[in-house]
Amino acid sequence: MVNIANYQDLIIGSRVIEPGNSEKFNTGDWRSMCPVVDTSMCIDCLTCWVYCPDDCVIVEDSKLVGLKTSHCKGCGICAKVCPKKAIVMKEDVQ
Amino acid sequence: MSSKVGKDIAINGDGAVALAWKQMNPDVCAAYPITPQTIIVEDFAKYVANGEVDTEFVDVESEHSALTLCTTSSAAGARTFTATASQGLAYMWEMLPITAAMRVPVMMAVANRTVSGPININNDHGDVMSARDTGWLSLFSENVQEAYDMSIIGLKIAENKEVQLPVLVNLDGFILTHAIERMTPLETHAVRDYIGKFEPMYPLLDTDRPVTHNLMDGPLYYFPHKYQMVIAMNNALGVAKDAMAEFAEISGREYHLVEEYMCDDADYVAFVLGSSFGTMKAAVDILRAEGMKVGVAMPRVYRPWPAQEIARIMKGKKGIIVMDRHLSIGSYGPMYPEICAAGALNDTMPKMYNFIYGLGGADTMVSDFVSVYKIVEGGYAKDVNFVGVKE
Repeated sequence: MVNIANYQDLIIGSRVIEPGNSEKFNTGDWRSMCPVVDTSMCIDCLTCWVYCPDDCVIVEDSKLVGLKTSHCKGCGICAKVCPKKAIVMKEDVQ
Repeated sequence: MSSKVGKDIAINGDGAVALAWKQMNPDVCAAYPITPQTIIVEDFAKYVANGEVDTEFVDVESEHSALTLCTTSSAAGARTFTATASQGLAYMWEMLPITAAMRVPVMMAVANRTVSGPININNDHGDVMSARDTGWLSLFSENVQEAYDMSIIGLKIAENKEVQLPVLVNLDGFILTHAIERMTPLETHAVRDYIGKFEPMYPLLDTDRPVTHNLMDGPLYYFPHKYQMVIAMNNALGVAKDAMAEFAEISGREYHLVEEYMCDDADYVAFVLGSSFGTMKAAVDILRAEGMKVGVAMPRVYRPWPAQEIARIMKGKKGIIVMDRHLSIGSYGPMYPEICAAGALNDTMPKMYNFIYGLGGADTMVSDFVSVYKIVEGGYAKDVNFVGVKE
């Protein structure tokens, strides 16, 4: 049968009373293309960090250290704006 | 009791609703004028202008804006009222299911008027019947007194923690809205004690507890949230009974989920809504004097639908007449299938007859209702009949 939430667990009126909990909702689930970065080509310009709409670019000490893709929807903007083509979009196989 | 009941006054239905609003002193009111509801808003605007209420009155550019404002105002935590009719309710329609799904207890008076076209400003139930599936509670009143009383009882039901649904308070356009009748209001302190302080659930303005309202629901959540509304509606039946009992204690006026007149020993019982209940009671009196065993009943509470009460009234009757002041063209009147469904709870069904009457304000007199009973008893009635239309 259909898999739906238990009505007793939900607050009436489609309300959410826990602020900021959208972080727990992994919007990357429905992605079909996933960005992959080759850090050896990366010059740490952080253009991708500026452009990423979902805050997926992990930066430490002003350097790109990787991509956190739990909320990446595969839009491909990072790959498009990367001046060194260090980011490429690959079919997502999970 | 005497200290809770005011002096008798002469007032029209719209004025009575406005008076009830004044006594309840809502936080916010946003409404757009439309005949025959206009006097409610005009009268209430005067109370606001005279400083007799603390209400924030918002002039809006349309009914759609009115209900949007009222919905969000209630979500913010304010006790909020509005009123409309006919095209106004139609224009609100997009917001009606959203208000209900947001579970905010907005109260709306509906001065029942037909929905155009052809263009017509007179009474029938076309407006509210087109809003019946939206998740709003819906109450009907027979006279000016009841329009006043239902405004107060309706809010009490809507704001109950187990209900939390918006409510439509219906009064027949012109027949009640513009007719002056004698009415006994309650004293203001009695009204305020009865409705109590508004305690909103998860108000947006409670900044210590941030909350998001009306999120997008995927299939995982939409159905369960709808089911919660089903439960709330079921709860409302019991809550309405209690609210009416408590109201009877302070006012001396007793109300029920379904009002009955001479139904117990009747062979034929008619179901009707609104002011026509009074007209039909007069028809019943005439026929009873002639020895015909007839009765009439009115679902006071139309949403939630009091199916069990209706089934009880239908039990063992020869025939049931359903008077509908609206028509789903190509099918029946809106109440007829629901009365049939309630009757199906019993082991046997009486003969069922649907009479469509009074569309677009077509006058329906005591003699017309007398004829309805006689046509049924004489065996001349079809499944759907049209009062006053020469077929």
